Amino acid sequence: MLLQALAFYVFAFVTMASGAMVVASRNPIYSVLFLILAFFNAAALFLLIGAEFIAMILVIVYVGAVAVLFLFVVMMLDIKIAALREGFLKYFPIGALIGVVLLAEILFALGVFGSGSATIGALDKAGAQIGTVENTRAIGQVLYTQYFYLFQAAGVVLLVAMIGAIVLTLRRRPGVRRQRIAEQLFRPKAQTITVVKVPTRGGVS
Amino acid sequence: MTIGLGHYLFVAAVLFTFGVLGIFLNRKNVIIILMCVELMLLAVNINLVAFSVFQGNVVGQVFAMLVLTVAAAEAAIGLAILVVYFRNRGNVEVEDINAMKG
Repeated sequence: MLLQALAFYVFAFVTMASGAMVVASRNPIYSVLFLILAFFNAAALFLLIGAEFIAMILVIVYVGAVAVLFLFVVMMLDIKIAALREGFLKYFPIGALIGVVLLAEILFALGVFGSGSATIGALDKAGAQIGTVENTRAIGQVLYTQYFYLFQAAGVVLLVAMIGAIVLTLRRRPGVRRQRIAEQLFRPKAQTITVVKVPTRGGVS
Repeated sequence: MTIGLGHYLFVAAVLFTFGVLGIFLNRKNVIIILMCVELMLLAVNINLVAFSVFQGNVVGQVFAMLVLTVAAAEAAIGLAILVVYFRNRGNVEVEDINAMKG
């Protein structure tokens, strides 16, 4: 139990610290790398709590797809790093104030300051409930039966996102030579060949 | 020393606050704002999964997966819009994005 608590504190601290570094770091590439670190540690937190499937999906989807997409875009766009931090100090007081107020509100709602909600306390006492069925099987049993339409809708969302991203970024550049197979195939015979009457011993000029 | 629900909720609250803070502080780069949105969605996922496990109800994890799907779609579309914008304007500064101002 002690080891588990220790692991939780390490992973939670690294998650929060790398979340802070995403905001604070100067270079966008470092931001993406810290975002990846935060995702990995959040996945470790999920593993600790017993949600293995979500943890693996988090690593695959967030680290494997989303973060790499971010990395590509950050590296592809030619952004001047020096100008990026202007205004950081100007907006820092108001931003920090809003952040502190928001955090205090959330913690108040969680009941850290004593006036706790009864639900969270009761759930806390009950402890993590890890069922007899393993996590992946339990999710599958619900996802493919009761929430099947939601599952399909998620697929449609991804399809629309894919089509949208392609349509947005596709462009026709002028001056690029490309093969147009349909035009090649539908050329009439008159354009393609000319019949020449060759005189005897004359040859074709 | 046992780790309870409150610990997870605290981590999620701090992450969410960092996400909001990043959106407020960042005035130059839209990519950082998109990353902060991802951070906030991660915090929401931590909340969902923590409540799901502590209640012994797996539906919260299903919902977390749907949030994950929407987050991936949002990142793809947002970055595509960003690339198109950069192609047209040559920068991604937040203060310059006012083409739709009425």
